[in-house]
Amino acid sequence: MIASIIFYIASGILLLSAAMVVTSRNPVHSVLFLILAFINAAVLFLLAGAEFLAMVLAIVYIGAVAVLFLFVVMMLDVNFAALREGYQRYAPVGALVGFVLFAELALVVMNFVIAPGAAVLRLSPAPGDVTNTVALGELIYTRYILLFQLSGMVLLVAMIGAIVLTHRDRKKSLRPDVARQQARQVADTLTMVRAEFGAGVKLVSPPATPQAEEISQ
Amino acid sequence: MSAFLNSDFGILVLTLLQSLAIIVPLLIGVAYLTYFERKVLGAMQMRKGPNVVGPFGLWQPFADAIKMLMKETIIPTGSNRGLFLLAPMITFGLAVIAWAVIPVNNHWAVANINVGVLYLFAISSLGVYGIIIAGWASNSKYAFLGAMRSAAQMVSYEVSIGLVIVCVLLCVGSLNLNDIVLAQRHIFFAVPLFPMFIIFFISALAETNRAPFDLPEGESEIVAGFFVEYSAMSFALFFLGEYANMILMSAMTTTLFLGGWLSPIPFAPFTWLPGPLWFLLKLFVCLFVFLWVRATFPRFRYDQLMRLGWKIFLPFSLVWLVVTASVLEVFGWLPHG
Repeated sequence: MIASIIFYIASGILLLSAAMVVTSRNPVHSVLFLILAFINAAVLFLLAGAEFLAMVLAIVYIGAVAVLFLFVVMMLDVNFAALREGYQRYAPVGALVGFVLFAELALVVMNFVIAPGAAVLRLSPAPGDVTNTVALGELIYTRYILLFQLSGMVLLVAMIGAIVLTHRDRKKSLRPDVARQQARQVADTLTMVRAEFGAGVKLVSPPATPQAEEISQ
Repeated sequence: MSAFLNSDFGILVLTLLQSLAIIVPLLIGVAYLTYFERKVLGAMQMRKGPNVVGPFGLWQPFADAIKMLMKETIIPTGSNRGLFLLAPMITFGLAVIAWAVIPVNNHWAVANINVGVLYLFAISSLGVYGIIIAGWASNSKYAFLGAMRSAAQMVSYEVSIGLVIVCVLLCVGSLNLNDIVLAQRHIFFAVPLFPMFIIFFISALAETNRAPFDLPEGESEIVAGFFVEYSAMSFALFFLGEYANMILMSAMTTTLFLGGWLSPIPFAPFTWLPGPLWFLLKLFVCLFVFLWVRATFPRFRYDQLMRLGWKIFLPFSLVWLVVTASVLEVFGWLPHG
């Protein structure tokens, strides 16, 4: 009973926040509602017994992707009035795109065929002695290893591409050379001088290289 | 009685009581961690620390709490009121709910779930939201700069924390925190995975925004960072959240590397001490190191922080992950062969 109560609460909040993502005026609020939707989707995964997927959804989407979303949206200086201005003009185009997408989805759903073996598989009980994570791992790393590795490669290439596109070698920037900083010794830069009373110290410039020290002596 | 405990309502009541049994000691722990911090810092800087309120200044945390409660909560004009108040609650709430899966003794966790480590990792990666939202909702440039620093910092160090956790998981073969502790019966993971232990601890410092990585609140550049605009109880919640996060990270270190409730030397006089006490003792040592680091090291510069995370920790932990996997495979030590 508790599970079904939680299910209705979570899916209710999920649907509401999904609607708020689209309708809220402030883009930052939209992203926050998106995060709320993600959290509730994770709860639904948990209720379905897919604990690994739920946690991965939380880590990847909420913990990393949405943080960057929020980051970008907050940095934008959005003029809400200007955003509202074109609403009347763009509404028909938006409606058209929505209609096309809806028609496509409807076509797909109407012609959807459930795989013949699926109904039988659903009836067989899930193995109780294997945890979610182990079960997934045993499939991904054996049967689907090629697809898994390939998708990893695609992501890696995408990441490298993004870095290459945005990387500029700025010759003028004052970047510290860490190796040189580490190699620097106290003796290279510092000389201890005993100042005689009333006589003061004669400064040598440039100070404190070994050669300079020899000259001063 | 057992019929009541097995009914839906009974489970609900039981869970609530269990949660209270975790949250109340946690809050007291947070209060006394602030006292402990001031005493330790005082000792290290040759001062006395709080010593006026109560014997040895022991009532100081409560005096501070009452002072915070009495003050006025100021909400700046131009701030986003709802989010401004939500941010500290998120920070504090996340620091508390993570405790649901920490085993204090064998099977003593509110929820002994299969994916305990992932849960902890997910919760700690959500911690950044409280800070970003606070920075944005305050409508102040210092707060926003602090929030941006924090977001970049926490996302960076999460990567190496993730790799370190994968190393531990390879040695255990389970994501359950109880199993992870039990796998350390013979040797604590801090010994064979020593470099990972160090990386985890330093990353934990960065995750909790503690010195020497407390750039999000670097007072010399951005006043107080993301909580510049907060006062009274909303500030206190941030403060409590930070300290609760410190305790949580220490608990994670204890569970993953220092053998949780297990006694370090597995024979008679040491095993007499009950598990929760060992757990507390290890927690205490970790927290002391947190404070010791604060008293010892100067703050990092931001580019140094990023360099440490991405150019040193990430490659190193990647290589160490491969080394761990290879060693386990070659010697046939992989759990579940």
